[in-house]
Amino acid sequence: MTRRIRTYRELSGEDRSGIVAQVVAQQDRVRERLRAVRHTVAVMSGKGGVGKSFVTALLAAALAEAGKRVGVLDADLQGPTAARMLGVGREPLAVRDDDVVPPEGARGVRVISSDLLLAEGAPLKWKEPGEARFVWRGTLEAGMLREFLADVAWGELDLLLVDLPPGTDRLTTLMELLPGLTGVLAVTIPSDASLRAVARSLQLAREGRIRILGIVENMANYRCAHCGAQGPLMTGDAADRLAAEAAAPVLARLPFDPAVQAAVDGGRIGEPADPAFAALAAALLARVEGA
Amino acid sequence: MKFLCVDCDQRMVFEERQLPGDGTLAVAFRCPACGRTVALLTNPWETQLVSSLGVIIGGRTVPEQPMELTRTTTEGGREGAFADAEPGEERRDSTPGGAPARVTWDDRATQRLANVPSFVRGMVKRIYADYALERGIAVITPEVMDAARSDLGLEGM
Repeated sequence: MTRRIRTYRELSGEDRSGIVAQVVAQQDRVRERLRAVRHTVAVMSGKGGVGKSFVTALLAAALAEAGKRVGVLDADLQGPTAARMLGVGREPLAVRDDDVVPPEGARGVRVISSDLLLAEGAPLKWKEPGEARFVWRGTLEAGMLREFLADVAWGELDLLLVDLPPGTDRLTTLMELLPGLTGVLAVTIPSDASLRAVARSLQLAREGRIRILGIVENMANYRCAHCGAQGPLMTGDAADRLAAEAAAPVLARLPFDPAVQAAVDGGRIGEPADPAFAALAAALLARVEGA
Repeated sequence: MKFLCVDCDQRMVFEERQLPGDGTLAVAFRCPACGRTVALLTNPWETQLVSSLGVIIGGRTVPEQPMELTRTTTEGGREGAFADAEPGEERRDSTPGGAPARVTWDDRATQRLANVPSFVRGMVKRIYADYALERGIAVITPEVMDAARSDLGLEGM
């Protein structure tokens, strides 16, 4: 006859490891840290190469120019670019008892990025054990993102922009880490290929009951760096179709301007100032303030 | 995770945890009724699956450090990426209006600390310094570091 063994729940008292309690404490820490952040906005696309980080950096600078306190969390852990676009140098990050002080980039925008942690040109890799690291890679990346949220001294911010990588995976992680996410800003280019990829991300956001703040059409046309004349760059109406599907407005149609791009690459963001981004900042503020 | 001595129908109590440094883990539990001791032995995969969450098997012995998971799991972190506040800079002793409490490191402890990768060195230094400050130890020696590793379960650091 098989004897009955008492179950986990029947043994009184917490287990010593308290794994669940530790995970809950991590989540509490995220919430506590972001208590002074009024709005957290994920800048996403689903498709690579549409200029998410470029838009994020210029939008952050424009929001700061408008007098807002802004932070940028570069969630593209494998391909980080936002920090350098905002002109952040490679100075060491100051670590205090309870947090890490984020460096300030252009217009005082506070920034955290894996770019600041990695050796020049080094890919993001994880230690231990050698084989089948895919098993826990996603967990470790989620952990790094959690620490970027919870362990950085963001202070009081009007907006924290989270620059997401291509794909939908990181949005899911962010939604789980941050139930109070204000909403998402979707960046697309006009093409049909972008339409299909961004639509998937927007669908995911809707399923997660995340507010879609608006669509940004990047590279909507070409603006001559010399005379300012604008002309067509690519075909398609992805922004309008996504906006209709998501019942959200197109907040901006941004031209591709080689002068702006060169300034960002050179760490001189906002020189010259691009009024299109000031307009985008105003439109986004109107949307989040109306949340 | 809980351990039950089936013969005695008693919950076993934690005795000790050891991290040999090869990715494995050993945790010993004892039955308070019959005294039998068993050890939970995990392989590197099992250990990693849990530690990837940023949690500590057996419970935390020191508070979570800023970006602890990132600093301890990233391979090839940038030299000089972090500038940790010198231990003692932000702490004060318990005397009213007390001056900042500090510890010093002897040469051998300093040498040993220098062998720790720079990406985590500041964090490890702070953990040892906190351990010493809390126990009124003024000078950190390799023997103090060994005691801290054992007491705090820092065998992996």
